Amino acid sequence: MNQGNVNVIILRTAGTNCDREAAFAFERCGARPRLVHINQLLRKEVQLRDFHILVIPGGFTYGDDIESGRILANELRLRLGEELCRFLGDGKLMLGICNGFQVMVKAGILPGPLDEGEQKQHAAGQRATLINNDSGKFEDRWCHLRPVGKSVWTQGLREVVYFPVAHAEGKFVPQDDTVLDLLRKNGQVAFRYCDPRGGKPVYPENPNGSTDDIAGITDTTGRVLGLMPHPERHFLFTQHPFWTRLKPNGRFGHGAKIFENGVRYVREHLL
Amino acid sequence: MIWRVEIRYKPGVFDAAGEGIRKDILDLGIRSVAKVEVTQVYNIEGGISEPDVVKICRELFTDGITQQYSCFDLNTSARPRLPADCCVVEVAYNPGVMDPVEESTLKGIRDLGVGGARAVRRARQYFLYGPIPPGDLDIIVNKVLSNKLIQHVVTDPWAQKTLSFPAGKRSFEVVRVDLISAADKKLTEISREGQLFLNLNEMKAIRTYFKQLGRNPTDCELETVAQTWSEHCYHKTFRGNIQYRYRENGKTKTKLIRNLLKSTIIKATQEINRPWCVSVFHDNAGVIRFSEKNHICFKVETHNHPSALEPFGGANTGIGGVIRDILGTGLGARPVCGTDVFCFAPPETPFDRLPAGTLHPKKIMKGVVSGVRDYGNKMGIPTVNGAILFDERFVGNPLVYCGSVGLIPKDRVKKAARKGDLVVVVGGRTGRDGIHGATFSSGELTEESETVSSGAVQIGDPIQEKKMLDALMQARDKGLYAAVTDCGAGGLSSAVGEMGSKLGVRVDLGKVPLKYQGLHYDEIWISESQERMVLAVPPAKIKALLEVFAGENVEAAVIGEFTATGRLDLFFKGQQVCDLNMDFLHDGLPKITKEARWRAPKVTSPRLPRSVDLNAKLKEVLGHYNVCSKEWVVRQYDHEVQGASVIKPFVGPKCDGPSDASVLAPELGSTRGFAVANGINVRYGLLDPFWMAASCVDEALRQIVAVGGDPSRVAILDNFCWGNPDKPDRLGGLVRAAEGCYKAAVGYRVPFISGKDSLYNEYTQDKKSIAIPGTLLISAIGIIEDVTKTVTMDFKTPGNMIYCVGTTYDELGGSIYLDTYGMLGAAVPKVDFRQGVKNFAALARAVLRGLVRSLHDCSEGGLGVALAEMAFSGGCGASVRLADVPYKGKDRREDTVLFSESNSRFVAEVRPEDRKKFEQLLRRQGVPCAAVGQVEAVPAFVVRCPDGEPCVDTNIEVLKQAWRRPLQW
Repeated sequence: MNQGNVNVIILRTAGTNCDREAAFAFERCGARPRLVHINQLLRKEVQLRDFHILVIPGGFTYGDDIESGRILANELRLRLGEELCRFLGDGKLMLGICNGFQVMVKAGILPGPLDEGEQKQHAAGQRATLINNDSGKFEDRWCHLRPVGKSVWTQGLREVVYFPVAHAEGKFVPQDDTVLDLLRKNGQVAFRYCDPRGGKPVYPENPNGSTDDIAGITDTTGRVLGLMPHPERHFLFTQHPFWTRLKPNGRFGHGAKIFENGVRYVREHLL
Repeated sequence: MIWRVEIRYKPGVFDAAGEGIRKDILDLGIRSVAKVEVTQVYNIEGGISEPDVVKICRELFTDGITQQYSCFDLNTSARPRLPADCCVVEVAYNPGVMDPVEESTLKGIRDLGVGGARAVRRARQYFLYGPIPPGDLDIIVNKVLSNKLIQHVVTDPWAQKTLSFPAGKRSFEVVRVDLISAADKKLTEISREGQLFLNLNEMKAIRTYFKQLGRNPTDCELETVAQTWSEHCYHKTFRGNIQYRYRENGKTKTKLIRNLLKSTIIKATQEINRPWCVSVFHDNAGVIRFSEKNHICFKVETHNHPSALEPFGGANTGIGGVIRDILGTGLGARPVCGTDVFCFAPPETPFDRLPAGTLHPKKIMKGVVSGVRDYGNKMGIPTVNGAILFDERFVGNPLVYCGSVGLIPKDRVKKAARKGDLVVVVGGRTGRDGIHGATFSSGELTEESETVSSGAVQIGDPIQEKKMLDALMQARDKGLYAAVTDCGAGGLSSAVGEMGSKLGVRVDLGKVPLKYQGLHYDEIWISESQERMVLAVPPAKIKALLEVFAGENVEAAVIGEFTATGRLDLFFKGQQVCDLNMDFLHDGLPKITKEARWRAPKVTSPRLPRSVDLNAKLKEVLGHYNVCSKEWVVRQYDHEVQGASVIKPFVGPKCDGPSDASVLAPELGSTRGFAVANGINVRYGLLDPFWMAASCVDEALRQIVAVGGDPSRVAILDNFCWGNPDKPDRLGGLVRAAEGCYKAAVGYRVPFISGKDSLYNEYTQDKKSIAIPGTLLISAIGIIEDVTKTVTMDFKTPGNMIYCVGTTYDELGGSIYLDTYGMLGAAVPKVDFRQGVKNFAALARAVLRGLVRSLHDCSEGGLGVALAEMAFSGGCGASVRLADVPYKGKDRREDTVLFSESNSRFVAEVRPEDRKKFEQLLRRQGVPCAAVGQVEAVPAFVVRCPDGEPCVDTNIEVLKQAWRRPLQW
């Protein structure tokens, strides 16, 4: 791997399908993204440790058969668990979008260890889930989001950002109230659905019925982020659904900042 | 042993799937079901210990947060007690129907480190709560919970002995059909019983061929000929002779048309001779120039008959098929977006009006939409454009058009298999699926279709196709194969046959990977199992190619080689089962001459009431099924995956206005893009298919112009869906539509680059035939130099001027407005191509110069609908004066001006300061245009009659609701 580069691994497997636009976003922010099939990691042709940022992009891995993200979650947990643990233990970054978020939640990577006890054991089971939207169907629509928390990924975002969601299983449900309280207390909630002014949303502003309007969460370090909405689909200004009504404001859209943040963090802390 | 695992939600968790089914039951008019719960059932066969099953349940099947499981050993466990106050129905796929979840489940089990699982079969258990009468239960089971073509009710789940698909007992022997001694009557019988759909003349030609050889054909040879000569594969009607009788200027004339396709559609493309057409009409899709690096290809297909019988599977495999067309164009293109157009009977059709053996249109529509959603979304290909039309005559025969656009590197367009290249089949395995699909779609549907042709129905596996796409693109970029084509209708028979037609090919059918044993050799050869493609691979590259496919977990198998013998040689278990001459196969079809007759229908001009409440009429027109919002459908499609979308299907500040065309910039980071749109209107065709065709071309083209496309860089596709072409009146309409296509294409200088026809769209019941109205879909793709200059249709700023561009005529024939009176009318909209060209070119220039803030074309519902949509989509009011609309007609009746559907018209929004420049630009080009009003800050929508009195005075929210409500399910 090249020294001095921000190396991003975008993990692919059967049914991954937002890999190329995620790679484009990182590339535009000056990183070196590489699309890697999980087989290449399993066969040790590619080493996870050579990268700074691990991305699990959107898609329908293994068809979302049984339930969304489950099969890849198990594969990561059981076949790449050690490498993954070391990767995160090294203070590196991880980003899961849409199906990638579902995978991370179901693998227990998010919300991750919630207190010191769990941290010591490096063992966090699944503490939340993402289930069928209340509407009972797949929906592609744009949602307003309020970034909250202190993740490295969300620094400097505007007060309300506008990203599309495109999913059938995006309703965030924590295991119980204790988990929800810890998520709030630890500042692990990263994005909440909101109305256009940042206020309390109703359907379809909260597009899936998520508990506490949660759209994305981080681990306790803030270095691992997962979210249902697609920031890579609002990377360019012309991806905005009504850009023809707006004054052009540079080439980039609301999501670009997230990718910039990740790349800058690596430059400042990991290179 | 078999383990049975049941997964259900924990109490208190909202069961969205169950709730959806409850609503579907309510749609049937059955109110006795209060609640529905769904249990997912997995049956696992193999030597698995109890602790291992528990592990599988906990870590794979159950989401511990929301779900719980129970598991049973079918031999020893006691049956669970079922709740008393509900009916329990368990539904599973029929044996042999492929369920992709089973393969993923087996993988998931292996990943857990558990060995021994041999097979998995899924089922769903429905708990229906409420006092349900037995009669209602039957209806629910048959209309909502299952489709007997692919599913069955499991009466006793505990009685299962094995999950393996029972292998056929048929032992191998070469079967020969006695043709050479068969009399003519017997030939017809052989064709019918074998579902060959060949007519007597064709059967006789085959008999003559084998008489010369002095032997009888094998079943496989006969099937191969039938597939190759089928209407679906050979397009006999379009390529044959037609004796055409028509009336012109009061006289009956006749002419002989040799090859309708070449004398209309292809002729237009040749005459227009655009230099940017790269490959037209001979590959799987048409190819045009796009950028420095890439060309673009576009193809639209139909999948009507399968969708009529099993809507989800039909649409699902329809999408899968057209995507493979793109993968099989040149050396393979990468799909960048999809389009979908459907025609159904109205969703409120009463059950007692349905012909026997047909599904309810709402069921069909929901199934088709789900099928598109499932395949397109899982493939990661955005579905960006489409249309849905409703007409009673689609009741037995809905139409499902699926399109796909791909990007192909400029040096990957040419392909040719060479002598010595290996035949490699990649992707899914071959099963007994879809046998006789090609011939099946070349005949009419009947009440018995659902039983006789059930083999033609299957469901798709989008993940299999996605894996194949990923592997294929890598192999393409490494140059590992010489040619590729898709397995569509006719399966290997048509894919391999086509690739080897100039060379000759030899295949060992025993080497084709199978889903299960027991397939007969001819089944392997003609099976239409999905997600397969065929490659021609030079022997030196085979190792590298197999590695690429293995790296993506896609099966690839060498099954034969291309020869230089000019023959089709097939072997199975060491014996030759087919030995055909390629020339006979591809050129031996006897030319047929069909009769066609066109007579204009007798029509009368409608008498409309003199005074009409236009407030109410405008709402009625906006709420017409063909006009109203299709948001319920479009939201379910991922229309943004791949990140290329610039203008989305919905525009405006609330993302709910209907965009004219979608614009994409598929090379991420570049501002070069394209627009896709379509034109379709069956009601005009009832008056005159010629002008229907011209209007469809005009509509597709003006939608491209409406987003800022360049009309001189547009290419179009034709898709004809017609009734039985053996009936002269049906064929006459088809000829007339094809002639309209020629005139319009030449008139607008837009070349056809690809097309397809689907004939025999009739439904026969009790010897009565219901034909669909002749339907032509024109799909358009236009290159856009700079997508940042494009415009959308939503009004932007109060105070801006509203312009009408193009002349409105008294052309209410076939209009939505007349349909609200139950009338068809007489004066069908015509096209003045010379004027239209000017309108399009001038507006395109105005957009490019930044003089247009919003632009919308006038289509169904005319000016009234266009203005209302622009206003409510932009959240602005409007005031409009009909007196100023450019109009040519007898009297300026306000409803005629408002709702006439004349072609080549637009509404444009222009800033007051740009007024002069805009008017000058248009007038200099000779384009009729007039300022007719302005965008208002208040949400009022006011239209003034020629006499100055308001004839429409309402609120944009009222109009928006009227437009949104009908299909908001």
